[in-house]
Amino acid sequence: MITAGCDIGSLTAKAVILKDGKILASEVILGSAQPEKSALEVIKRAVEKAGIKIEDIEYSVGTGYGRKHIPFMNSSESEIVCHGRGAVWQVPSARTVVDIGGQDAKAIRIDEKGNVERYVYNDKCASGTGRFLEIIADSLDIKLDDMGAMSERSKEKLSLSNQCVIFAETEIISLVNEGKEIPDIISALHQAVANRAASLAKSILVAPDAVMTGGVAKNSGMFSALEKALGVKLHRVDNPQINGALGAALIAVDALESSKKK
Amino acid sequence: MFVAGCDVGSLTSKAVIMKDGKIVESVIIKSKARPWESADEVMGLALSKAGLTMKDIKRCVGTGYGRDKISFVNEAISEIACHGKGARWLVPSVRTVIDIGGQDCKALRLDDKGNMIKFITNDKCASGTGRFLEVMAKVMNLKLDEMGEMSIRSKHPVTFASACTVWAQADVIQHLNNKVPIEDIAAGVNNAMASRMSVLANNIGLESDVCMTGGVAKNSGVVNALEKNLGTRIKRIRREDPQLAGAIGAALFAAEKVNGGAK
Repeated sequence: MITAGCDIGSLTAKAVILKDGKILASEVILGSAQPEKSALEVIKRAVEKAGIKIEDIEYSVGTGYGRKHIPFMNSSESEIVCHGRGAVWQVPSARTVVDIGGQDAKAIRIDEKGNVERYVYNDKCASGTGRFLEIIADSLDIKLDDMGAMSERSKEKLSLSNQCVIFAETEIISLVNEGKEIPDIISALHQAVANRAASLAKSILVAPDAVMTGGVAKNSGMFSALEKALGVKLHRVDNPQINGALGAALIAVDALESSKKK
Repeated sequence: MFVAGCDVGSLTSKAVIMKDGKIVESVIIKSKARPWESADEVMGLALSKAGLTMKDIKRCVGTGYGRDKISFVNEAISEIACHGKGARWLVPSVRTVIDIGGQDCKALRLDDKGNMIKFITNDKCASGTGRFLEVMAKVMNLKLDEMGEMSIRSKHPVTFASACTVWAQADVIQHLNNKVPIEDIAAGVNNAMASRMSVLANNIGLESDVCMTGGVAKNSGVVNALEKNLGTRIKRIRREDPQLAGAIGAALFAAEKVNGGAK
């Protein structure tokens, strides 16, 4: 049985192809302005990687903010549901998922099957989302992907007094002008983003085990900053960025199985 | 007898020199990197325009976010208190003051004697502050005052999904790329500003008369949008520049002290 999940986020598009309960292939690409185009492209690449044909996919589920615009999906499902499902598949003991995406942050409490019990979501304020990191990376003229490694070289502990991205940007520019070291600034930035996401997560009471998903989880500095902010150990997920797409592909399996039973 | 008030804000610094309850001289400058530099410059300008020296000033009160860093003041008083006092001098019937600063916004309620009853302030989020307008004006390549005038011509103002400055800025860029008329974007920006300010103002309970102080009070687009949003008239300040309210209040506090509390 081959199914696919496709997660169209604000910044990236992700696809996962599952075959008989195993990941056959996964792909992450930068999204374009048109969600349907990103979806086609990412699926095409995943199919090539898997060495199958698009017709081999028996059922596919779309998710992410662009899920309504994916033309070839059999159905769509909310990101919350997909992230819950994906997390428990990757880490069976996971009961809380903190997902930091490019333009949002969410915390989800799940049961042992990955069903959503409670969740909280922020897409109203850029603070605590990946966008915070992106804006500062831009103004410091460094690569987003380098931030994690850079923060590990931090020697002096700094902290940002502003939660608002706009005010924090100004604060960071003054820190640079004061001669503060970039690794120290980035480390402080990670803590600020993590604190914001953690206060969201704490509002639904973080139950062990907790996992971090989303593209931001690939940043090692953010991972440890979130651990510190939550005061709990986080479990590592092999593929944090494809978690939503994976959940979608698993939901596709369910749909296929229940239709076969009928 | 001369008294002075000096209001060092994040964006602009203001100085007012008063004599016998009247303004002798006032100056507004763009703030410098260091608050004390702003204070020295703005007060120096006001003094030289008035043909005075610091020795002629009997008492000077400082206010604004940089108030504790001004060398020449006799006393520093909070912006909230100074804005309340200044607003009442500008509009004696005022009961609710909405002040938009460069990096904050505040709403305050006064009783019929001008005493502060309640206040609320936001300096945690850029939305609803002068900074929001500044960010939008920059991406639209407009001057701050152009944005106000322009918005009046709008027929179909855009709306923003989120009040967040970061998301609204992204929306503005998208509207510009989609060739949405600039006056409709400007009007949308003003409406977003107003709706955020309304939340604050409604929080302390509105009482008439309502007036607006701070530089944004000169932006007719925002004032009109706020009026519509609050469903109440906003009394326009004509006696002096509304941006001077804090510095006027500071000077009035100085005068009170000099007069030994006698009003």
